Amino acid sequence: MQQDMGGNRLVAVLELTNISKHFGAIQAVNDVSLSIEPGQVVGLMGDNGAGKSTLVKMIAGNFHPSHGTMRMDDKELILNKPAEARQHGIEIVHQDLALCNNLTAAANVYLGRELRRGVGPFRILDYAAMYKRAGQLFAELKSETRPRDLVKQMSGGQRQAVAIARTMLSQAKIVLMDEPTAAISVRQVAEVLNLIRHLRDQGIAVVLISHRMPDVFDVADRVIVMRRGRKVADKAIASSSPEEVTGLITGAIEQVS
Amino acid sequence: MAVTLDQTIAQKQHTFLSRLFSTQTFWVVIAVILACIFLSFATDAFATSKNLYNITRNITFVAIVALGMTFVIITGGIDLSVGSVLCLSSMVLAVTMHAGYSIEIGILASIATALAIGAFNGILTAYLGFPPFVVTLGMLSIARSLAMVASNNTVVFQFGPDHDKLLALGGGAWVFGIANPVLYMILLALITGFILRWTKFGRHIFAIGGNEHAATLTGVPVKQIKVAVYMISALSAGIAGIIQTGWLGAVTTNLGTGMELQVIAATVIGGANLAGGVGTAFGAIVGAALIEVIRNSLGLLGINAFWQGTFIGGAILLAVLFDRIRNFRRND
Repeated sequence: MQQDMGGNRLVAVLELTNISKHFGAIQAVNDVSLSIEPGQVVGLMGDNGAGKSTLVKMIAGNFHPSHGTMRMDDKELILNKPAEARQHGIEIVHQDLALCNNLTAAANVYLGRELRRGVGPFRILDYAAMYKRAGQLFAELKSETRPRDLVKQMSGGQRQAVAIARTMLSQAKIVLMDEPTAAISVRQVAEVLNLIRHLRDQGIAVVLISHRMPDVFDVADRVIVMRRGRKVADKAIASSSPEEVTGLITGAIEQVS
Repeated sequence: MAVTLDQTIAQKQHTFLSRLFSTQTFWVVIAVILACIFLSFATDAFATSKNLYNITRNITFVAIVALGMTFVIITGGIDLSVGSVLCLSSMVLAVTMHAGYSIEIGILASIATALAIGAFNGILTAYLGFPPFVVTLGMLSIARSLAMVASNNTVVFQFGPDHDKLLALGGGAWVFGIANPVLYMILLALITGFILRWTKFGRHIFAIGGNEHAATLTGVPVKQIKVAVYMISALSAGIAGIIQTGWLGAVTTNLGTGMELQVIAATVIGGANLAGGVGTAFGAIVGAALIEVIRNSLGLLGINAFWQGTFIGGAILLAVLFDRIRNFRRND
């Protein structure tokens, strides 16, 4: 376990111990251990097929690990489906954002967890409350997104804000973001990185899966590099460099401790 | 000037009027009104109470089924079996009552048949991944054949002890001289509009049509909802069948033949998008109204009935053309 600057021991929000996953003869993830603390941004990097997605899908409840254990807040974590991950406070921002273009921003934020008012079977959608809360979340995120706007007409950055606002509805402990800056403009990238900092400031742990070296070095506290299913580096951003990480990704550098 | 949070939350993309003008449904309403004004001047027969009574009642059968179809189309599906389901439901009602059972039992049997067929369509589509076009095309054939089996392909026109009740149900005019089917249509349209706008179920239907993958990822029960929408579609066909039986006073096995195309045309003219994610109850009614006004006017203007298909087809293309033009402008 790491120590913060005051020397206090931080309890890991998520701890993976000797996690492996194989599909038949293919070893997708091989004996990976890592821990993630609250309020920390961890960049997860690696080439295509390095095992990042498989690792994330185990945390998200899509796959069972073949070996190893996951612990959350010091309790063993067993996930059978994505909904259970969400119940434990694990939220995912999918690469395609999982937004419905024909619905408003507020409707997308609340998709699958709509607020209703009324009694018994006569409960109707509470538009006012959803607009209000969604508006507050966008304001917290310092985004210009407006709750009543259709997602269809939004910029990439605004769409990211909608997907991220979704993770803030419940008390998320850890947010996994899959390539959030892959397909948006430079200005919007800055916007998304600010959203990530905002989550961190609230004590939420963020795992940022990315191919983009500048983004990871800009926002992450720690970088984990995977190659061929193994963790080859796990170190503070301050003590690493883009050159070193590139070398680790390609295999020019074997492993650092 | 600082913008407060409340202002941002209240901020709408369009004013009420600009939003109104941008909907296809609005322009179809204008078309219907203009056609009615033109016809009342051009012919003596149009604006008579008898003709208007006939028009409004004729709208209802297509409109009621179009309301159910709207649910399916919003999810991005299609139901081609509605005409046959309407026929089968009518026939089940007719045969049951002809055998001496009460109208309540007849209606119950008829509704149960419709729901069972809808559930079959929905389960094959949602759980086994059949394309809805194929499933309901198969059902189009099956349901009509079952109607023939049930009646031995005869005309049923005697409905047992509750004969008069059934005819009053479909053919009467209990309130202000408005034909009963019109009342049912208005009631069902209000229910449909309410479900689509105010319930979680309605919201999820739009979500599935907008992005099914996203709906699944966010925990919307996509499969169950798909089954439900096909059941609603079949149910609306069943209800229309019961009403039509009472109105016609007889059921033949060619009842509702080709109706699925009129129903789909009505929903599309009214603004629903076959790609999913868009549609309203009001649009379904207006679309059905436009089709009926076209049919009625051709007759009154003395134009050969063979032209009917051309005009209705033209209306479909024109309605969708408006939508395309708006999209082109937006994409510029």
